[in-house]
Amino acid sequence: MSTATETKENPVSQNGHGSSHKQRKWQDYFTFSTDHKVIGIQYLVTSFFFYFIGGFLAEIVRTELATPDPDLVQPEMYNQMFTMHGTIMLFLWIIPAGAAFANYLIPLMIGAEDMAFPRLNAVAFWMIPVGGVLLISSFFVGAPQAGWTSYPPLSLMSGKWGEEIWIMSLLILGTSSILGALNFGITILTMRIPEMDLNSMPLFCWSMLATSALVLIGTPVLAAALILLSFDLIAGTSFFNPVGGGDPIIYQHMFWFYSHPAVYIMVMPFFGVISEVIPVHARKPIFGYRAIAYSSLAIAFLGLIVWAHHMFTSGTPGWLRMFFMATTMLIAVPTGIKIFSWCATIWGGKIELNSAMLFGIGFISSFLIGGLSGVMVAAVPFDIHVHDTYFIVAHFHYVLFGGSVFALFAGLYHWFGKMTGRMLNETWGRIHFALTFIGFNMTFLPMHQLGLLGMNRRIALYDPQFQSLNQVCTIGSYILAVSTLPLVINVLWSLIKGKKAGRNPWRALTLEWQTTSPPAIENFESEPVLWAGPYEYGIDSENEDEEDVEDMLTEVSAQS
Amino acid sequence: MKIPSNILTLIAGIALTLICLWYGQNHGLMPIAASAEARTVDELFNFMMTIATGLFLLIEGVLIISIFKFRRRKGDLTDGPPIEGNIPLEIVWTAIPAVIVFILAIYSFEVYNKMGGLDPMASHDMGTQMAHHHHNDNLVALDLEGQEMALGLGASPGNKDEESLVVDVNGLQYAWLFTYPDTGVVSGELHVPVNRQVTLNISAADVIHAFWVPQLRLKQDAVPGREAQLTFVPDRVGEYPIICAELCGAYHGAMKTTLFIETEAEYNQWVQNNTFAQESFLDEAVANYHVP
Repeated sequence: MSTATETKENPVSQNGHGSSHKQRKWQDYFTFSTDHKVIGIQYLVTSFFFYFIGGFLAEIVRTELATPDPDLVQPEMYNQMFTMHGTIMLFLWIIPAGAAFANYLIPLMIGAEDMAFPRLNAVAFWMIPVGGVLLISSFFVGAPQAGWTSYPPLSLMSGKWGEEIWIMSLLILGTSSILGALNFGITILTMRIPEMDLNSMPLFCWSMLATSALVLIGTPVLAAALILLSFDLIAGTSFFNPVGGGDPIIYQHMFWFYSHPAVYIMVMPFFGVISEVIPVHARKPIFGYRAIAYSSLAIAFLGLIVWAHHMFTSGTPGWLRMFFMATTMLIAVPTGIKIFSWCATIWGGKIELNSAMLFGIGFISSFLIGGLSGVMVAAVPFDIHVHDTYFIVAHFHYVLFGGSVFALFAGLYHWFGKMTGRMLNETWGRIHFALTFIGFNMTFLPMHQLGLLGMNRRIALYDPQFQSLNQVCTIGSYILAVSTLPLVINVLWSLIKGKKAGRNPWRALTLEWQTTSPPAIENFESEPVLWAGPYEYGIDSENEDEEDVEDMLTEVSAQS
Repeated sequence: MKIPSNILTLIAGIALTLICLWYGQNHGLMPIAASAEARTVDELFNFMMTIATGLFLLIEGVLIISIFKFRRRKGDLTDGPPIEGNIPLEIVWTAIPAVIVFILAIYSFEVYNKMGGLDPMASHDMGTQMAHHHHNDNLVALDLEGQEMALGLGASPGNKDEESLVVDVNGLQYAWLFTYPDTGVVSGELHVPVNRQVTLNISAADVIHAFWVPQLRLKQDAVPGREAQLTFVPDRVGEYPIICAELCGAYHGAMKTTLFIETEAEYNQWVQNNTFAQESFLDEAVANYHVP
């Protein structure tokens, strides 16, 4: 397709490489750049750097769990490993990776030159490596070992400086997240091209709008909790320390008031990614645009009033447990709407089963399992049994890995061509998908059973009766580790030798595909034209040929 | 052609229903249940498993069929049909999950109530002050000062008047300590007679722990400075693990002991053996048992 486009188009305005407009040099990616595309790629590369660290820690944890005895690392070390694994994966991989796509795509999708506050944007990014390096440096003083939830009083009693570094690092990363969200929200609300109203925005923008609202409401509460915890730790106050009359349950409420919405902060940007990827490769309009757009808002709202379902066995009275059970179950409704709508989008389409689509479908099928187990754990009587067991570990990995990570890869294969000007290799992409999908399910599916049968989480030693299932999980995690190799090879190879992407390799309709790949420094050579809705596929297929979309694209660029 | 495809859908629907009904009852994922309440939790889980299996097969089926049936043919560059939505269908798939979670919420509420979760004596949080230890169930509902209230699960509504065997449970890094106020027995293991109501007063000495017996489907955090309660009627003789389920430090995984559900005679024998052995430090144990 792209070759046909290239010959037709004006060679000057087309083409990602060697064209008339100025290109970013590789050095630019190591500077305090205010270009949203540079920042987006900085976020993405940084987040993948931390992904490898977090993944390495996960492999140590799984290797330790291959046998029932704590024989690979000391128990204190083991607790540091899973604490750091959780913290890194959430705060330094998934959240920054979501911000990466948001930074790169929002201005392009709404036809803007950059974000509303470019300098703030750069500040927000550069806090990530600072916070990340600070967090990793805690290994030198003894990393935190109270879990990523860091409940007092344990967090006040196990390694003062590791814990304090963890707090400082999270405060930095949280601030970055707030600055980013401010930028995304305001950019989406005020900088769209005039023809684009809210209901003709790409769905990714809707999901980022909802995500930004959650970040702005939730993160300050986490910051408050962490600052108070820091006082308890350093200054010996007793906000949460029961020895001095403090209340550890208050910390749990404050922590989860952010950290439950944080699940949606992590997964909703990727809901948006899926809503972009699936229609393009199924060649069909998204099914129920408004339902998907507004269900993001519904999820965001409900996400703010479910936090105590993490505390059903903790210091919560019965009526509170019942209230939070009801609100939690309600979230199944907007989430269900999304899953059904994605399926209906695929159904009857003309599916191009490339790597992006494979990861997209992999996302739906894995996230579905996380959603179903999510409704189960909402039921208080059942949650009392499985809370803090491997069932929960399975559940949240199906939500965060099955949800966020599969969609992250779908987005990577989908937009890599736009970001770099070269396409990722399909064969390596498919190998990557197959290994990820098999490894993922093998690692996390058996954990459901482990939890139900009685294996609690965050333990280095466990009952020998659970060993065989644990070994399956461990082998699965090794397959997951191997799955990163084809990805790395593919990315490095494609950067140099990959097929040229051209403007619009997928024949997609959202605005980012109207500009060159990679886009010019201020995105569009001329004001982009909104000549179709974001998902109006198949409208001209009744009596005319698909070539028309190409012609229209050429026309658009020729007008410049 | 229309009729066969309808019949196919019908057959698939029946097969799907049968599979999920069967799997919902025969998943074999739960351990043995050692109390009547545990079996009601299992029934709830089986019900959820039935629905989940149905939805799982439906969605995965749609995805798999799509992958095979709706693939783009080589050289076909046209788009699929421009269907942008279907309001009645969208209403249906909004309403069905809404009805399902509504039923599920009511069902869960019922089960929780049966487990004693809404017993005013046990389901209230009275903050960080310590509960006062004397047990007079009849006065609880009228107790306006909240002196008798604790967190957790109380007696099942049918067993309200039954007298409980009270055991004080204290979690500390990395062991459980069980004190029997009636007899003064202090033990590292929990022994209870079968078919008699047991009330555990759960507290923690240092950090947060969680008392979990998988076979009773019961878990309650032991929070320092707070009193929590679990009431249950074990009905199956056996030895079951007591597990700490809340991260409590490096040796969290080793914080385990055993629940012995015994016949009345075995239990009495055990009490007797331990009473003699422990008479000497009875006073000390009583004086110390609720120091955080």
